[in-house]
Amino acid sequence: MVHVTLKLFATLSRFTPDSGDRYPIAPGTTVKHLLEKLGVPEDDVRLIFINGIKGHLASTLTDGDRLGIFPPVGGG
Amino acid sequence: MRTQIIEKLKAISRPKKYPDDTDYTSISLENIPSLATSFKVDSRKIEIIALEEGMVPERYARNMKTFSPEDQASLLKSQVSIVGLGGLGGTVSEILARTGIGTLNLIDGDRFEASNLNRQFLSTYETMGQYKTEAAVKRIKEINASITVRRYDEYLDDKNSDALIRRSDVVVDCLDNITTRFILENASKKAGSPLVSAAVAGLSGHITTIFPEDQGLKLIYGRPDDLKSKGAEASLGCLPSAVSVLAAFETAEVVKIILGRGPLLRNKLLIIDLLDNITEVLDLL
Repeated sequence: MVHVTLKLFATLSRFTPDSGDRYPIAPGTTVKHLLEKLGVPEDDVRLIFINGIKGHLASTLTDGDRLGIFPPVGGG
Repeated sequence: MRTQIIEKLKAISRPKKYPDDTDYTSISLENIPSLATSFKVDSRKIEIIALEEGMVPERYARNMKTFSPEDQASLLKSQVSIVGLGGLGGTVSEILARTGIGTLNLIDGDRFEASNLNRQFLSTYETMGQYKTEAAVKRIKEINASITVRRYDEYLDDKNSDALIRRSDVVVDCLDNITTRFILENASKKAGSPLVSAAVAGLSGHITTIFPEDQGLKLIYGRPDDLKSKGAEASLGCLPSAVSVLAAFETAEVVKIILGRGPLLRNKLLIIDLLDNITEVLDLL
């Protein structure tokens, strides 16, 4: 197993697992796989960041990665 | 006439000290309008001449050192359009007025209602039902009469956007929905103006800066056709703390663009989350 840090923003925060700051995943897990496992609806995923740089659903996660996910946000 | 104005300014100026004990030449608040009346020019013109001659209108004294008098004159000569006068726009207009941006164009067709009171600083018992632009103009004039304010009581749409977003030094996106943000981005690009865009949901939000040649909002939201107009704010609302922080970031970005100083958030997204104490600058490219 490898571990990633997860931060789900705004409406997605309710999908954050208890161990979000050190979440175990199998090597080779993609963002898409992880979000499916957490039950995050793909339509609500707008911005994916891995270690502060824009990523994609198909991006593969590696040990120590920081993953951040934003839903669409438009208020003011 | 400029020579006569300078002479008069020098005559009424007086030496003062900043809190760090350094000297400056001050022009008092009361002297500006009377000088403007006697020379039949805008008070902004008087302030600009004073600053160009190294004299500091007292209202800008605490801007100095961070800004030089020349910087302050540049801000007074600049024009900024604020689109949306709710939570973000109300605060942005207040801060830009106090900063001393010379011309503010205010665009919003909405009127205040009770659900605005949690976060929109211009909404009060007194302004319920008023156009947001009306309350903003009144507030700006109370703060700084040297500022030219133009008011457009219209919602931005794809029919009026080109006419409303004429060339400004900066356009500030303070809208409350994603669809109109894309219309504004398009109009700003056509007008050749940089756009500063912030959005909020609950205690989270983000801000970016888009120059006409930049990819812009699609890096954040994807294709506009795939989106609903409202995002996470539809279920989370907008909290005044997050709105105010992002409004403040927008104004800092506006000033940096005008003065050409400091790193901008082009192709970057500054995100905040006030629950988890997060601020981070992310690379969109």
